[in-house]
Amino acid sequence: MQLSLIDYSIIAIYLMFVLSIGMLLKRKVKSSADFLGGHDEKHGIPLWITSLAFISANLGAQEVLGMSASGAKYGIMTAHFYWIGAIPAMVFLGLFMMPFYYGSRARSVPEYLRLRFDEKTRGLNAISFATMTVFSSGVSLYALAILLKVLLGWSFGFSVLLSAGIVAAYTFTGGLRSAIYNEVLQFFLIVLGIAPLVYVGLRKVGGWEGIQAQLPGAMTHTWQYMGSADNPMGVGLFGMAMGLGFVLSFGYWCTDFLLVQRAMAARNMSAAQRTPLIAAFPKMLLPFIVIMPGLVALAMTQLGGDFSIPFKADGRMDYDMTLPTMLVYFYPSGLLGVGLTALMASFMSGMAGNVTAFNTVWTYDIYQAYFRKNASDSHYLWMGKMATIFGILLSIATAYVARSFNNIMDLLQLVFGFVNAPLFATFLLGMFWKRTTGHGAFWGLLSGTAAAALTHGVTMAEGKGGWLLLGSAPVHEFRSGMGQAFAIAIVAWVACFVLTLAISLATKPKADEEMRGLVYSLTERPQETETRWYLRPIPLAAAVLAMTLALNYLYH
Amino acid sequence: MLNQLLDDLRFPIGLLFSIFSVILIVVGLVKPQAVTAGLDINLNVSAGAFMGVFGLFMVLSAVWSARGKVKQ
Repeated sequence: MQLSLIDYSIIAIYLMFVLSIGMLLKRKVKSSADFLGGHDEKHGIPLWITSLAFISANLGAQEVLGMSASGAKYGIMTAHFYWIGAIPAMVFLGLFMMPFYYGSRARSVPEYLRLRFDEKTRGLNAISFATMTVFSSGVSLYALAILLKVLLGWSFGFSVLLSAGIVAAYTFTGGLRSAIYNEVLQFFLIVLGIAPLVYVGLRKVGGWEGIQAQLPGAMTHTWQYMGSADNPMGVGLFGMAMGLGFVLSFGYWCTDFLLVQRAMAARNMSAAQRTPLIAAFPKMLLPFIVIMPGLVALAMTQLGGDFSIPFKADGRMDYDMTLPTMLVYFYPSGLLGVGLTALMASFMSGMAGNVTAFNTVWTYDIYQAYFRKNASDSHYLWMGKMATIFGILLSIATAYVARSFNNIMDLLQLVFGFVNAPLFATFLLGMFWKRTTGHGAFWGLLSGTAAAALTHGVTMAEGKGGWLLLGSAPVHEFRSGMGQAFAIAIVAWVACFVLTLAISLATKPKADEEMRGLVYSLTERPQETETRWYLRPIPLAAAVLAMTLALNYLYH
Repeated sequence: MLNQLLDDLRFPIGLLFSIFSVILIVVGLVKPQAVTAGLDINLNVSAGAFMGVFGLFMVLSAVWSARGKVKQ
């Protein structure tokens, strides 16, 4: 595909803006808290900005491309990742968990774990988190470079260096604030850049009714076909509600520092609590931007006009190319530049999110904890900046490894899944049961991960898993990899929960005094400072849940 | 006033979309034959107009609040 000069100018203007935001914020960076994020009135960022950054940091290229791909593959059921797999957890984070994260004065999620439990639990979380952020930012770098190569014929090395260079420039100059400000800009670009596509696409296929007429019922209903696992996703009601809706969703949205960091950057406790709640409103509408193109593309392919989702060499549909193919098909030169800018923006927001979370955890939870305990603040500021640079260099290296060894990447992704699955059990017990001990938390987490690996080893799905079977029949065969992943998460969570509980009862708890502000029963409820009642956390949460229920009903 | 505006994220966001809007509308009017997929719609012009409304709204609300702060 050839881009015109207009499209290139649009991309260039966007890149200029991104860099200028970093430069403008540079003068505000004087201490490590300015760079890595500090939460108080002085460092705090306005609520609407933290809220949009909260969802934008998650809206990376894999999310945008992946959701339209899933829309074409699984239909509107993909919206479960939003309406069941995100919103309830975001509400829980805002109402119940933010008071501990923000109120404890911890600078990161791992640091909260040290305050609440002990050093080893923090270390385990910090190291696995830091590794994962570098890995994900490398993989998204790889995904973007492959996409630009296919679409525009840019060389892999050029795409990687250009994109990483831009992210490096604006995160190095302006730190967390620059990443957050740019995430908001990127959010609007993604929404306004893809919305016209949804509009023309729906017009082309005759609206939602047209899609319903073209596609089988299982593709246009979220709940009606969930009674058994005999649906496009191959997941039943229990797996969906427990695996995705509870374990994976709460584990990600409530404990991942990348997201929590955005809320912790708010001006005060009330704003921190409301960050995920306000973010939930646009979040629940995102399926119409990111999933709908997939459904439109599939309906158009069925209609058999001059559009089709491309096919791979083996004859199967190449779902990942759904959104780019749609952009090229529908967008004239000019808007096409905006559409491609939106894709690049989604990648950058994902990568910058990872990089800024990485440099904070590295500086405070690894470097300060294990290498230099009592250095000056300017030293940690310097370290934060260095961490930004080597975080990005490691991401570039990861992108190159991903290009040569795809299997290693799949394996790592699997292992990270095992590490993440039990996390929420630890936080739930830690925050709401003061008897939970550090030994319980640490060994509970490890055994949760082991249980996840074990489950993967004795079950099979789509020819994957079963590496512990040595030729004997699998304990259970799942209909889909997704069904297997959800089941693994449930097992890991239960194992972690039970073992943390048992080991905690057998070990000595911390004194109550040391846990003030860290555990529900020993913490005063935060005083609500917001005067307008409809902007307080509880009415907001009620509105979010009511609207989510309505959406679920509408598309059931 | 300029300092206030540069501190307000609404300003650069609004400015970016206003610029995009002008480019898209001009391109759409100069090359109206780039009609989309058999639909009777000039996508550059309509998407550009939409971005223009959004961009202008963001710029104006930033200017409004900057003026309020300067008066204080």
